[in-house]
Amino acid sequence: MPRYRSPIARARGLGPARTGLHDWWRQRLTAVALIPLGLWFTFSLAMLPTASYPAVVAWLQAPWNSLLLLSFIVSVCCHSMLGLQTVVEDYVHGSELKLACLLGIKLGFSFLALTAIYATLRIALAG
Amino acid sequence: MERTNPAPSRPLSPHLQAYRLPLTALLSITHRITGVVLSLGLVGLVLALFAIAQGPAAYGAVHASLSSPWGGVVLWAWIAALIFHLVHGVRHLFWDTGRGYSLTSLNRYALGELAAALVLFSAVALSATLLS
Ligand code: HEM
Repeated sequence: MPRYRSPIARARGLGPARTGLHDWWRQRLTAVALIPLGLWFTFSLAMLPTASYPAVVAWLQAPWNSLLLLSFIVSVCCHSMLGLQTVVEDYVHGSELKLACLLGIKLGFSFLALTAIYATLRIALAG
Repeated sequence: MERTNPAPSRPLSPHLQAYRLPLTALLSITHRITGVVLSLGLVGLVLALFAIAQGPAAYGAVHASLSSPWGGVVLWAWIAALIFHLVHGVRHLFWDTGRGYSLTSLNRYALGELAAALVLFSAVALSATLLS
């Protein structure tokens, strides 16, 4: 069979780190984003126990709040998914169990992120 | 048949369980533990958001559990974990620039980090009390 891929294309990602550098970089990128977003979210969350339903909805419908919450959700789910993956890779060694954990984390956090985005948009865009 | 190995004369690296962790190591493992705890808390966040989307009745249940004493403990523990994780995370990012690795600066930053986390936590608690 003729080899259409160049040697560099075939070698890429086969080193000991595979595609790990990409994950490492995304973990840092989301960490930087989470410094302001995390602070904003903490201060907002601390008010929640005293907030009535209309107050929470009004807060979520303010454009800046919807936008910041969506940014927080996307960054935190990505960051948390990569972080938990690192923890599993450090402590879980059986290859089947490890694969199951990694799949569960990826699918779980994708679903979590989608659910959160869907709920936020529904609240923000409801009349 | 039992055989005990003679104690080796070479220096041994101390085993984790027979070794008092220095402050820097405690902060490091706490960063990992808070990371996992925060991740679990995200499930709660998504459930709460979903309840708000469902309407006042569903939100009422979430609100009641958050306003209960145990709900408050969980909420404030999560907030404290986030603040610690954030502050130590900033130091991780600083380390990634290749700086801050000498023994004296490690210990100095460790204390500074705890102080910063305490100040931030007090600020959040204070603003929550004042604005509510
Ligand atoms: C709710 C918010 C957050 C969650 C759920 C979360 C979760 C995690 C998890 C599970 C890890 C892996 C722990 C480990 O490998 O030891 C991690 C690592 C990390 N987190 Fe977060 N995190 C959050 C917020 C933040 C924030 C605000 C920052 C700010 C700088 C941050 C910075 C970092 C860094 C730099 C690492 C890498 C540590 C390492 O390489 O050992 N995180 N996070």
